[in-house]
Amino acid sequence: MKAVRELAITVRVNGERHELTVAPSELLIDCLRDRLGLLGVKKSCDVQVCGACTVLLDGRPVSACTVPAFETRGRTLRTIEGLADGEALHPVQEAFVEHGALQCGFCTPGMIMATVALLAENPSPTADEVKHYMRGNICRCTGYQRILEAILDAGRRLAAAPR
Amino acid sequence: MNSFALYEPTSVAEASEILARHGDTARLYAGGTELLLAMKEGLIRYDYLVNVKTIPGLTGLRLDADGALRIGAATPHRALEREPAVRERFPLVARVESDVANVRVREVGTLGGNLCFAEPHSDPATLLQIFDARVRCETARGSREIALGELFVGSFETCLGEDELLTEIVVPPLPARSAAAYRKFGVLERPSVGVAVAVALDDGHVADARIAVGCVGPIPQRMPAAEALLRGRGVDEASANLGEAGRRAARAAEAVSDLHGAADYKEHLVGVLLRRAFDEALATLGAGPRR
Repeated sequence: MKAVRELAITVRVNGERHELTVAPSELLIDCLRDRLGLLGVKKSCDVQVCGACTVLLDGRPVSACTVPAFETRGRTLRTIEGLADGEALHPVQEAFVEHGALQCGFCTPGMIMATVALLAENPSPTADEVKHYMRGNICRCTGYQRILEAILDAGRRLAAAPR
Repeated sequence: MNSFALYEPTSVAEASEILARHGDTARLYAGGTELLLAMKEGLIRYDYLVNVKTIPGLTGLRLDADGALRIGAATPHRALEREPAVRERFPLVARVESDVANVRVREVGTLGGNLCFAEPHSDPATLLQIFDARVRCETARGSREIALGELFVGSFETCLGEDELLTEIVVPPLPARSAAAYRKFGVLERPSVGVAVAVALDDGHVADARIAVGCVGPIPQRMPAAEALLRGRGVDEASANLGEAGRRAARAAEAVSDLHGAADYKEHLVGVLLRRAFDEALATLGAGPRR
């Protein structure tokens, strides 16, 4: 068997099918930001600790900063750009806005994507469950209280109007 | 990160042959949560990565007829946290797995990768030793099964041969009337100290005691000298011996000062966490010591 230096992959990103040729060492975050222009994926700590680059791979949260792009082959990827329906925000986005759950906003795309994954897995989490799940998403501004309130409220919104 | 070429073998034998061919210039790749970080930092470089997730049978877990949990090496932490078989039969394993790093690392990072990278600050590498866990290691030429504790020979160093893969982790159930507990402390993403304890009681006596300490020194390991102070003793006597057991375990752990704490601080924590874990295990058995 031979080693490959590039891979032809097909991936659905926010509902759109992409055919890409990637090197094995190409990181997902660079592919998303530089090639697909999805700048909502933020590079911050770059070591999987802060959560700013959280995207959903087949619905599960991963750090785009450290996952190679080829791992998305044949799979479905969702970023913050894929949540709103035109001008209509996703219920999790609405909850973050209405609760003022952001200040500088740099962690917000990752926070929201992690919340979407959490609520898909556990539609009505307790406050402790939210804190445990979100432990790896770091915010330097808010002190977390409003984020916690927004996430709990987002769970209620999604229960009322699932999507 | 340096550019590298990727192999995607479809059998353990094929992966083993690739490793034999390329030696130090190739490395197995599973979740990449540790390997890729080190490569991104430029701390290590490989010309070839060998993706083991394309090998059928390396991912997933099952309970065998003896009640042992058999875990494919490329099974992610998240599966161990969520699978009903683990939650019901090995609840402590599921609980500790749910506290490894963060959810994104657990989705991608694998148990086999965690063990083989042999980063000293690992929860499962410590915890699984009190279950007398074994690991299956295979090459293109054959296979062997060794105690998990034998896998670790140093910080970031295992006993695996150049062409050898860890393929399966086997976790036997605890003996009857046993309970186990794991306590850790840390302020960073990884723990500074982890202590695992399993206690089996028989008519008020400690029929079996198992202690493992990790994160403190270069390797996670069982602590036989400390276990001997508890095994075969009455519950009260074992409990009274915990102070000395903690000192023995701390000494045997060969504590090193690092980013996660000073050596003497870690040694102190070993004693504190040992007592808490022991008391928790006893409480689970409804047999708290009389103090």
